[in-house]
Amino acid sequence: MANGDKYESHEYDVIVIGAGGAGLRAAIEASAQGVKTALICKSLLGKAHTVMAEGGIAAAMGNVYPEDNWKVHFRDTMRGGKLLNNWRMAQIHAQEAPARVLELEEWGALFDRTRDGRILQRDFGGHRYARLAHVGDRTGLEMIRTLQQHAVHKGIDVYMECTMARLLKDGDKVCGAFGYWRESGRFVAFNSKAVVLATGGGGKAWKITSNSWEYTGDGIAMAMEAGADLIDMEMVQFHPTGMVWPPSVRGILVTEGVRGDGGTLKNSQGKRFMFNYIPEFFKAETAETEKEADAWYEDKKNRRTPDLLPRDEVARAINAEVKAGRGTLHGGVFLDIASRRSAEYIQKRLPSMYHQFKELAGVDITKKPMEVGPTCHYFMGGVRVDADTTATTVPGLFAAGEVAAGLHGANRLGGNSLSDLLVFGRRAGLYAAEYAKKFSGRIAVSTDQLGGIAQELLAPFNSKGGENPYAIHMELQDCMQNLVGIIRTESELKKALGEIGRFRERLSRISVEGNRQYNPGWHLALDLRTMLAVAEVCTLSALERKESRGGHTREDYPSTDPNLGKVNLVTRKINGALKVSPEPRPEMPDELKKLLEEQM
Amino acid sequence: MAAQEFTMRVWRGDAAGGAFKDYRVPAGEGMVVLDVIHAIQATHAGDLAVRWNCKAGKCGSCSAEINGKPRLMCMTRMSSLNTSEPITVAPMKTFPLIRDLVTDVSFNFEMAKRVPAFKPKPKEADGTYRMQQEDIDRVQEFHKCIECFLCQDVCHVIRDHAENKQHFAGPRLFVRYAALEMHPLDTNDRRELLKEKMGLGFCNITKCCTEVCPEHIKITDNAIIPLKERVVDEFYDPLARLWRKLTGKGS
Repeated sequence: MANGDKYESHEYDVIVIGAGGAGLRAAIEASAQGVKTALICKSLLGKAHTVMAEGGIAAAMGNVYPEDNWKVHFRDTMRGGKLLNNWRMAQIHAQEAPARVLELEEWGALFDRTRDGRILQRDFGGHRYARLAHVGDRTGLEMIRTLQQHAVHKGIDVYMECTMARLLKDGDKVCGAFGYWRESGRFVAFNSKAVVLATGGGGKAWKITSNSWEYTGDGIAMAMEAGADLIDMEMVQFHPTGMVWPPSVRGILVTEGVRGDGGTLKNSQGKRFMFNYIPEFFKAETAETEKEADAWYEDKKNRRTPDLLPRDEVARAINAEVKAGRGTLHGGVFLDIASRRSAEYIQKRLPSMYHQFKELAGVDITKKPMEVGPTCHYFMGGVRVDADTTATTVPGLFAAGEVAAGLHGANRLGGNSLSDLLVFGRRAGLYAAEYAKKFSGRIAVSTDQLGGIAQELLAPFNSKGGENPYAIHMELQDCMQNLVGIIRTESELKKALGEIGRFRERLSRISVEGNRQYNPGWHLALDLRTMLAVAEVCTLSALERKESRGGHTREDYPSTDPNLGKVNLVTRKINGALKVSPEPRPEMPDELKKLLEEQM
Repeated sequence: MAAQEFTMRVWRGDAAGGAFKDYRVPAGEGMVVLDVIHAIQATHAGDLAVRWNCKAGKCGSCSAEINGKPRLMCMTRMSSLNTSEPITVAPMKTFPLIRDLVTDVSFNFEMAKRVPAFKPKPKEADGTYRMQQEDIDRVQEFHKCIECFLCQDVCHVIRDHAENKQHFAGPRLFVRYAALEMHPLDTNDRRELLKEKMGLGFCNITKCCTEVCPEHIKITDNAIIPLKERVVDEFYDPLARLWRKLTGKGS
């Protein structure tokens, strides 16, 4: 052991933090490149957010519509992201996704089939063609289990229930991470040549959310503290359809697959209101009548139903209907598939939705409509990465999946997340391994550095301030929900910044009971630090973007500003202070520009 | 009429020992057991240890024994329980206790390492595979497993005899073996391993595992019994053996 034997420590070429789809795929690739690789995760293996993904993996395989190809997928992704996307990431993603899906099949995944025995693909919002490879409505489970089992068979070292709290640095380079075993509360250091962040987003800072306790922005905060650039942190996706009733299930995801498979949104008057919310940007490709919309499911010569507009559009529409007094008793709208598809079809295509509503809400979705409303779901913003290599702006640090930014621009299309994890997870593993192989010299971590972090992590046990981590968390969630939600305005954002400052001050007086062994109160106290960091960056960036685009809607700046479409908002921490500044986005080559202009 | 308050009797303690402790929390509409546990954490016992993630029955993290029955806390509605009496929440008994409701489930991950990997047959000429939906339906049932390990918890082979864990994979792993053995593309043969090392024979098909499965996988009927039949065909059927010997064909 290094570090004067003070802390348990391990040496690796590459460590991957986070074991959802991106982390698993990165670890598999790094290991396949022949470097010593470790996978570290906060939960048990196989429990990460990927397991909850429902609808499918977007990949232009053309199994259902041969007209589909990467160019159409690229165009859909860019337009769905309101053109704020990193064009190169969108291109790589669209080109490589089909191969990544086929690779999963080679590793044992069993997707639903077409009649001729190939992988079946389903319709989803913003996608021109039926494009999502899926397994009923439990695609994420199939994906994470396949990757998990593959990783286990490859003999990759896995550290479960092990939370990484800080990245370690040697000069300007990242050289490992330091954290604690949740089970024992004991500290552990990983010294490594390269680190891949695959830690997901930070949606647990909002009250109505589809995210679990794990989603506390760890990777984003750690990267920022290590000196990495963040971009477009104001871009938070509110998924249009979360459960709304009963209160205990509020926010739990209802897959877009319900609409992909024929379900439609209705207000309390029984009207299909989405026809009233078709924006100019999507007018040419969206059906104007119910007849055309319904015909689209069978024949793509018709235009797409507005029920399947990109998520930002649908979430805002639902929000507006409820505000106008046309919502349900519980503040949502109806999502009806019962009157449109047979009970047998619904149970076959959406078994987990059927189960979820039956068990948790007492609603039989083959007989009655669901009540749904927006729920905080996904960060489009995050750590700035190089499109090809996933390298961050700090040497030795790579990032893939939700923690990284760029691919989805201002709004992510459904199904593009699982494919993102596979495409850029693989690239992160590949280029981190390459970096580690080229790395010469020794990794040096000072014991002082570790001792200082350990002291910070133990502070909640020593404080007698009496602040309760659960109470602060709930208040933070209220603050972000009410002031940094779907519709934003300057005065509220400024108010949120003030509240976040006060939460941070209270955090210094936090006290936790019990000891270090599997202590959720202590873990939450530590996670609050990263949640507050992410909440602050998101709010600052939201103040700075004085326009409405994708997941970011400003009541005081309701239109889209073409000049702001040319920049990313970059957040950096310099000498302890946050700075948000616009920087030009990479220029798209002409042949790709042409793809965007064509009507496909 | 629901009670205004729920009384929960929750196990508190670690490997060294512990006891049930009563907590009272305000009742809310639609609450599940996990909500009540969270309410206890927020207001009474910040250090109450519990695993959870998705809160929607998809990740299989929050397994516990509720009034003595192995269940997911996130999918057990309080309204389904008799709340006029205290509701008992205890950790899974089959696994060593870490703390409160959290147990050491590493046995399952160790057993997973011993499963011989998926080994697919060659691809079609176009570089993909063809499979018919009806040929994968039964395997997709097994892939629904969320690894909550409730079936392992209830299985008396290991629940009452920890020493059997050395040589008994348990229902979860049998589902996994069945998924591989019945996978249309797989070419590995795990029958001897199942018979010799994984203790398939220990299962006397009491179907306790099937009863507790939150995904309603017919573990005994669809996974374990067919595996047993395959092992019998391979090792105990003299006619089949002779036929294979003469023709050189596998079963």
